[in-house]
Amino acid sequence: MAATDTRSSTETMKLEVFRFLPDEGEPPSFQVYEVPYRDDWVVLDALNYIKDEIDGTLSYRWSCRMGVCGSCGMMINGEPKLTCSAFLRDYYPQQIKVEPLSYFPVIRDLIINMDHFIDKMGEVKTWLIPAEDKPIEDGEYLQTPAQLAKYKQFTMCINCMLCYSACPVFGQNPDFIGPAAIALGQRYNLDSRDGGADERADVLFSDEGIWECTFVGECSEVCPKNVDPAGAIQMAKVTATNDWFKSFLMPGRRKKSGGNK
Amino acid sequence: MDNDSSTPTAAGPVAAKQHIRKMPVNWWLKKPAYLRYMVREITCLFVGGYAMFLLMLAARLDKPEAFETLLASPLAIGLQWVALPFAIYHSVTWFNLTPKVLVIWRGEDKLPGFLIAGAHYAGWLAVSAGLVYFAMSGGADG
Repeated sequence: MAATDTRSSTETMKLEVFRFLPDEGEPPSFQVYEVPYRDDWVVLDALNYIKDEIDGTLSYRWSCRMGVCGSCGMMINGEPKLTCSAFLRDYYPQQIKVEPLSYFPVIRDLIINMDHFIDKMGEVKTWLIPAEDKPIEDGEYLQTPAQLAKYKQFTMCINCMLCYSACPVFGQNPDFIGPAAIALGQRYNLDSRDGGADERADVLFSDEGIWECTFVGECSEVCPKNVDPAGAIQMAKVTATNDWFKSFLMPGRRKKSGGNK
Repeated sequence: MDNDSSTPTAAGPVAAKQHIRKMPVNWWLKKPAYLRYMVREITCLFVGGYAMFLLMLAARLDKPEAFETLLASPLAIGLQWVALPFAIYHSVTWFNLTPKVLVIWRGEDKLPGFLIAGAHYAGWLAVSAGLVYFAMSGGADG
């Protein structure tokens, strides 16, 4: 980075921003805004500048500004990114195109409707279903570092939905359970304290679940937290296939798809 | 992403106000990774085509002349030249993905991906070397 102070600089940069105002009854359009260029600014800073100084009608989601909350995901020049982590200097002096996350319905401007994503997490039951109920007096559920290691990567998901916008399968079939929800299902299935694999199996191992995935692999490439949902889905396919063979060889055996924990 | 479809859905008042964007038919040209993926998927046609060719050869195993005529036909030679690069691309891309599918734990650590993929490449080499040796040594007759 240059040591010179760019704060007083008169350099500017153009942002081409997707606009959709449902109450106006107009079709969506792009609006170009000119913002000051600063090499320590991210795209979110530029959007905040637009909102504060140029056009207060622009709507978008954001919260933490530090790549943790997962609210500010948008398409930047066609790539799903967290706008709080995308620096203007990586695009300067070219114009930046900002659009709402691909494949999701747009409610207004850069805000997408994430209801289906939330519903899918509910269907997959992305929470801990204890393998054994025990009273609080009996203490905590213990886990070894090796047991933790098996699912820890998948706990890093911040529900930013960038993976969905990188997934052409989701683009073609909005009912696909999708990368993040499956990775989170896998996160609990692989947890030694969890016993909910059977309850998740119907959704996770359905045609709209793991078998819809054709392993494009871009979900893992765009993930800001290195969750590797593509890996999670393929591992789940292996588990489901093994279970199928086992149930085939041993018909009396109950279906269980938690895999080895 | 194209914004040409401004048509709202007809699924109730809330949904009607949403803007649904259509996936462009040329989505796979928008990113090199998508194109590589599409090529990987299309390679299966050539791998399948070569498998058909092998089956046709197998059906002529008891007729040496028909076997050699098929093997030497320009169409068959052409097919093999076209199928070879696709089959190699197919194998390489899938072998490179094996570490994502096959995860082996050693305590708290995963076995490194290059070992998993490397084992597949080593197996491929061994089988290929075996076949070449078998063919060079005159096959079953030698």
